Amino acid sequence: MTYIVRRRWAHAAAAAVAATLVLAACGSSDSGSGSGSAKAADGAAAAKAALAKGGTITVWAWEPTLKQVVADFQAAYPKVHVNLVNAGTGNDQYTALQNAVQAGKGVPDVAQVEYYALSQFALGKSLTDLGDYGAKSLSKTYSPGPWNAVNINGGVYGLPMDSGPMALFYNKKVFDTYKLPVPTTWEQYLDDARKLHKADPKAYITSDTGDAGLTTSLIWQAGGKPYTVDGTKVTVDFARDAGTAAYTKVWQQLVSEHLLAPVPGWSDQWYKGLGDGTIATLATGAWMPANFASGVKAAAGDWRAAPLPQWQTGAHAGAENGGSSLAVMKAGKNHDLAYAFLQYANQGPGVQARIKGGAFPATTADLNSPAFLDTTFPYFGGQQANRIFSDAAKDVLPGWSYLPYQVYANSIFNDTVGKAYVSGTSLTDGLRAWQDKSVAYGKQQGFGVG
Amino acid sequence: MALLSPPGTGRRPARRRPGHRPRWTGLGFVSPFLIVFALVFLAPIAYSVYLSLYRDQLIGGNHFVGLDNYRQAFTDHEFWSGLGRVGLFLVIQVPVMLGLALLAALALDSGRLYGRNFFRVSIFLPYAVPAVVATLMWGFMYGNRFGLVASLNEHLHTSIPDPLGPRWVTAAIGNIVTWEFTGYNMLIFYAALRVIPEALYEAAEIDGAGQWRVITAVKLPAIRGALVIATVFSVIGTFQLFNEPSILKALAPNAISTYFTPNLYTYSLSFAGQQHNYAATVAIVMGLVTMAVAYTVQVRGMRKGA
Repeated sequence: MTYIVRRRWAHAAAAAVAATLVLAACGSSDSGSGSGSAKAADGAAAAKAALAKGGTITVWAWEPTLKQVVADFQAAYPKVHVNLVNAGTGNDQYTALQNAVQAGKGVPDVAQVEYYALSQFALGKSLTDLGDYGAKSLSKTYSPGPWNAVNINGGVYGLPMDSGPMALFYNKKVFDTYKLPVPTTWEQYLDDARKLHKADPKAYITSDTGDAGLTTSLIWQAGGKPYTVDGTKVTVDFARDAGTAAYTKVWQQLVSEHLLAPVPGWSDQWYKGLGDGTIATLATGAWMPANFASGVKAAAGDWRAAPLPQWQTGAHAGAENGGSSLAVMKAGKNHDLAYAFLQYANQGPGVQARIKGGAFPATTADLNSPAFLDTTFPYFGGQQANRIFSDAAKDVLPGWSYLPYQVYANSIFNDTVGKAYVSGTSLTDGLRAWQDKSVAYGKQQGFGVG
Repeated sequence: MALLSPPGTGRRPARRRPGHRPRWTGLGFVSPFLIVFALVFLAPIAYSVYLSLYRDQLIGGNHFVGLDNYRQAFTDHEFWSGLGRVGLFLVIQVPVMLGLALLAALALDSGRLYGRNFFRVSIFLPYAVPAVVATLMWGFMYGNRFGLVASLNEHLHTSIPDPLGPRWVTAAIGNIVTWEFTGYNMLIFYAALRVIPEALYEAAEIDGAGQWRVITAVKLPAIRGALVIATVFSVIGTFQLFNEPSILKALAPNAISTYFTPNLYTYSLSFAGQQHNYAATVAIVMGLVTMAVAYTVQVRGMRKGA
């Protein structure tokens, strides 16, 4: 029942925010100009001033390389103190964040928000439009995928921190042992899955217990567009989507033939499986290497990166999986300093520090720089993996969009599509049920849903 | 009560004088309690009821919808399936747990048990383990890949069905809850058994009653009150089932849905779906159902005892 009390705080906080906005509006009128660019210049100046003035901000993020960025940032600006808090990964953090926003108390100044979740928070008016700080002029700074993701309804609601063009990570030792070819198509992948599991019943091609992010990304790569969003008009259609059909055709066989390790991602068992060779591949975003290096030390040198298998032989289609932005929370206390931190971490010197830590940038200059492309990964046996990721970033298919309430939709993925993993329900039926529930929720929330 | 009335009570009517306002004085004394009671008890309930009459949408904002949320709850398949699950849990797990607790309490009380204190403490011990820890521990044992079940299957060449699969997960949770609360209920029963007057046992012995007869004719009727209380607690506990499924969900995401129990459903609605209003509605309906069932149990139990 605590949320009831929190709600009242929310009203009080909303009133306080409204009052602050009025005051802010009064303040800016002194500068004499109401035009957007002048406002942006003011914002940029304010961010700079905040750095000199100093202060404390709280950052909620789970991305491992930010630790170094925070240390560097504090060293460069001694008056600034940053509390870096890991409030959970993905959904766990969003739940905590939504609670804090509801309560109007304990809201961080900066939060890591994945691209798929950004529009939900922007729509819920929890985030500050960074257009006021001149962020609109950064369109050329970031690669198109992530930049599109942070631009919502004419506002910029975060600065891209990393991007997740998908690649296939595979355990070369396992592939060599069983003489499996590195798959270039998903059909081949299925073939490898069968051979591997037959040769070693404890080994699986990959683990999957129903992951909304992976499923939607693979459908994206297959050319599917199950979601269309036009303002508040939304359509959800997995049933007649060709990309979805391509995905279910292969994936259903992986599920039905029990070729997927029933181990939830990011669990202890999962890390163990990645380390001991019982989980042989992982199709995921290019941000993964940092996690490999820190979480799967046992298998250093065994893994390699490869282009993502294709749905059609010879095609060059890619998709994004994950990837996050840093956003400035509206209920945070120090917007100026928060934006200054965003600039440092995602646009300034922080980017290099993060690349060194194994993160995958969203800044075009870095993605194309020879130093970046030539980086060798000791974890991947000295492979220049960034070349593969950089190509993958270029192959990302345009036109994909997530639902403006994707966080909720993903939370019920296992209620619906998850059934296909543990019972006789087919993936197609599961996706159909997911669609129906997503539509019902959208209608309830006032969207025009078809 | 009449016997305990203090002297002077009889004079009270004569003391009533016009102009005297004893009612307000009394209110002054109870007001500290009333204020706290109103703040922490009545206000949240009133606020829940208020919330349940509105709907706050991502598009369109907050508006009054009357009883729409209640109408939705009564036709909500997910809510009823969760309620059905805890109902099933109630009619199977609660009798099993209370039966085991009663058996243990009677055994302890019989005086024939060697190492009585050891058994009393060890059966009670699981109750002292936090539910989160207990669930994680059981979750590990249930694991059919790396856990105890996996080891059993491997070494004994058995094929125990996955306790965390959709078919068995409710039973698996029932097992955890039974493990956790049998000791607690045992202690309630045991305490009730200890206060039965010796005279009743002596009388039974004089009448030539055997142990079984003593149990059915003396012990059980004497602890009926404790049995009813334990049942009411268990009913409430069952309807509020949350910790165990919520923690096991991480291990069995496809077997435990977001609406597995009504409490879990309320939580999901509120924190994943931002449907605070509908969550309040479900909470109120669930509270009423729990009250009705608990009240029925109490009334029936006590009537038989009379």
